[in-house]
Amino acid sequence: MSYEGENKIQSTGVQVYYGETRALHGIDLNIGANEVTSLIGPSGCGKSTFLRCINRMNDVIEGCRVEGSVFIDGDDIYADHMDVVELRARVGMVFQKPNPFPKSIYDNVAYGPRIHGLAPTKEALDHMVETSLRRAGLWQEVHDRLGDTGSGLSGGQQQRLCIARAIAVNPDVVLMDEPCSALDPIATAVIEELIEELKSEYTIVIVTHSMQQASRVSQKTAYFHLGNVVEFGDTSQIFSNPKNTQTEAYISGRIG
Amino acid sequence: MTDTITSMSVSAALKSPESAARLKARYRAEMRFRFYGRAAIGIAAGILIFLLSSIVYNSIPAFTQNFVGLDIELAQDKIDPNFSNDTEIIASADWQGLIKASLRREFPEVNARADKRELYDLVSSGGGDWVRDFVLDNPQSIGSVVRISVPTSDDIDLLIKGLIDRTLPESDRLVSNKELVWLDHYTAQGRVHTQFAWTLFTSGDSREPEMAGLSGAFIGSLLTILVTLAVSFPIGVMAAIYLEELAPKNRITSIIEVNINNLAAVPSIVFGLLGLAVFISFFQLPRSAPLVGGLVLSLMTLPTIIIATRASLASIPPSIREAALGIGASRLQVIFHHVLPLAMPGILTGTIIGLAQAAGETAPLLMIGMMAFIVDTPTDITSKATVLPAQIYMWANNPERAFLPKTSAAIVVLLLFLLTVNATAIYFRKKFEKRW
Ligand SMILES: Nc1ncnc2c1ncn2[C@@H]1O[C@H](COP(=O)(O)OP(=O)(O)O)[C@@H](O)[C@H]1O
Ligand SMILES: [Mg+2]
Repeated sequence: MSYEGENKIQSTGVQVYYGETRALHGIDLNIGANEVTSLIGPSGCGKSTFLRCINRMNDVIEGCRVEGSVFIDGDDIYADHMDVVELRARVGMVFQKPNPFPKSIYDNVAYGPRIHGLAPTKEALDHMVETSLRRAGLWQEVHDRLGDTGSGLSGGQQQRLCIARAIAVNPDVVLMDEPCSALDPIATAVIEELIEELKSEYTIVIVTHSMQQASRVSQKTAYFHLGNVVEFGDTSQIFSNPKNTQTEAYISGRIG
Repeated sequence: MTDTITSMSVSAALKSPESAARLKARYRAEMRFRFYGRAAIGIAAGILIFLLSSIVYNSIPAFTQNFVGLDIELAQDKIDPNFSNDTEIIASADWQGLIKASLRREFPEVNARADKRELYDLVSSGGGDWVRDFVLDNPQSIGSVVRISVPTSDDIDLLIKGLIDRTLPESDRLVSNKELVWLDHYTAQGRVHTQFAWTLFTSGDSREPEMAGLSGAFIGSLLTILVTLAVSFPIGVMAAIYLEELAPKNRITSIIEVNINNLAAVPSIVFGLLGLAVFISFFQLPRSAPLVGGLVLSLMTLPTIIIATRASLASIPPSIREAALGIGASRLQVIFHHVLPLAMPGILTGTIIGLAQAAGETAPLLMIGMMAFIVDTPTDITSKATVLPAQIYMWANNPERAFLPKTSAAIVVLLLFLLTVNATAIYFRKKFEKRW
C-alpha cells in the first residue's frame, strides 16, 4: 500500500516514437500516490502520449514505439512478464470524449468486473455497480433506469458513467485525458468535485487545457513543452511562481 | 475607408446587369441539372417497371390450369383384380389406360388409330396421376364410374386461356378441328374448369409443360444457398476479423488483401471450372449436388463477405475499442463483446448481397452439372438437383409454347425468393442495429 505523496508512478527516460518521429524526448516524472497530478502544456506537446504510456494504450497504435521505463509500485510495466490486461485493470482511463458502450447503464459499469471475474454472484455485481455509480455521483440520477442505454444520458452524465466504469474494477490509478473538454461549466464543476473525492482512494493523473482546472483539482503540475517536461512541482508553486520562463509564458497566456 | 470602398464595390457589382445575367445562368444550370437527374431516375424506373410488368403479365397464364371432368370407369379387374387392397398394387395400375377408355366411350365414333391418338392428346399424358390420387383417397369408389378432373394437355390449356387463336386456319394452329369439336363437347356440358396451378409449386421438372413444376429447382436453390451460407459466412467473417483486427500490417497481409479484392472480380464461370476440378474430380464429390454447388458459390461469395465485414469492422468508432481496452479487455474480448456486435448489421448486409448474387448465378453451376433435367425433388445436399436460374434457362429453351408463361412464372418465383432473402436480411439488421 502506498500513502499520500509516496511515489506511485515513476517514469525514467520515456521516449515515444510514432514511426520515425519522436513525440517524447525522455520524460522523467515521479507521480505521487493519492494525489492529483495535472499535465498541462500547448496542444501536440505529448501530454496524451505520456498518459497513454502509463497504461500502455500506445501498444495498440500502429508504428508506435516506447523506450525507457515506467514503474508502478516498483513494477516495470514494460517488462516482458507484465500482462497488459492486468495492467489496464490496475490503471483505469477516462477519455476526452465520453465513450460509454452502446449498452445499458448497468452493463457499462458491470463490464469490467465481469471480464475480470471480480463479482462471484449477481448480488455482488449489483453491489459493485451501485458503489461505483455512487462514487461517480451518478447513482441518484440513474438508479431507477439502470436498464436504459448509456448513450441516452447527457454529456456530463456520460462522462461520470465512464468514470464509474473505470473505477468499478478498483484500479490504483485513474488516468484522465481532458475529461471535461466536451462538457459545459456545470458538468465540469461536478466532475472536478468528483476528482477531489476520488483522490483519497486513487492516484489520479489528469491532462487539462484549463489552467483554472489544474489549479483547482491538482496538487502537482507538470508543464510539457515539445515533448519535454519543462517544469514539475507543486501546483501552487507552478502557478504562483513558475521557475521556467516558458512555463510562465504559457500560464500567463502568451503560448497557446 | 478601404473597407467601405470594397464593400460598396461588391454591392455595386451585385447590382450590375452582368451579375443579374450570372444569377439567371446559375438558376438555369441548377434547373437543367435537376432535370437531368429526374430524367435519369425516370428512365431507370421506367425500364424496371416495364421489365417487371411484362414478366408478371406473361407469367399470369402459368398460375392457372384447365381441367376436364372425365367419367372414368374404375373397373375392379383393371385396378385391383385380386382384391388385395394393397396400395402399392393399386398405385401401379394402368391409370392412363382408364382415361383413354373413358375418352373412347365418350366418342365411340372415333375409330382410326391416328384419330384415337389425337383424342388421347386432349388430356395430359400425366393425367393418370390425378385418377390414381383420387382412387387412393377414395378406395370405396373402385367398381363404379366416377367423374374425375384431369388436366388438359398443354395445347388445349393454351387454347382455353385464349393463347391459341381458334379462328386461325387449321394448318396454322396447334389444335386440330377435331380436337376443337371434342373439347366443345365437354365445354358444352360444363365439364371444363380452371383451377389454380398447384402443379407449378408441387411437382418437379417434366417434359410436359402442364406437369412441370418448380419444386425441385426451388428446393435445390434453397439447399445450395444454405450450403453457401454455412460455408462462406463463418469462414468469411473469421478471415475478415483476422485481417482487420489481428493480422500484422506487412507485405504478406497486403498481398492477401489485394488478392481478395481481385477474387471478387473473377468471372464466375472460372469458379465453376475450379469446382469441377477440385470438388468433383479430386475430392470425388457427387455431380449436380447442392453440396458442390454451395461450395462453388461459397468461393464466389467469400470475397464479398470478407470485404463487407472488413468495411463494417473498420467503421466502428475507435472510441469504443479504446473504452474496452482501457478497462482491461483483451483484444479478443474487444472484438467479440463490442466491435463484432456493432458491426453485425453491416456484416449481414454484405452476406445477403453475396447470397443474393449466388442465388441468381448459373454459369458456375453449369460446370458442375446443376443445369440438368432432374425430375425428382432433392431430399438432401448430395442428391441431384438443379436451381431456379438454371430451371428458368432450361424452360426458356424448351420449344413447347406452354413453357413461355412457365418461364416468366419461374422468374417471378426467383424474384420473390430473392425478395424474401433480402427482407430477412433487413429484419435481422434492424434487430441488431444499436445506437451509440
Ligand atoms: N497516433 C499518432 N500517430 C502519429 N503521431 C501522433 C499520434 N498521436 C500523436 N501524435 C503526435 O505526437 C505528438 C504529441 O501528441 P499528443 O500526445 O496527442 O499531444 P497533446 O495531447 O499534448 O495535445 C503530436 O505531434 C502528434 O502529432
Ligand atoms: Mg491530447
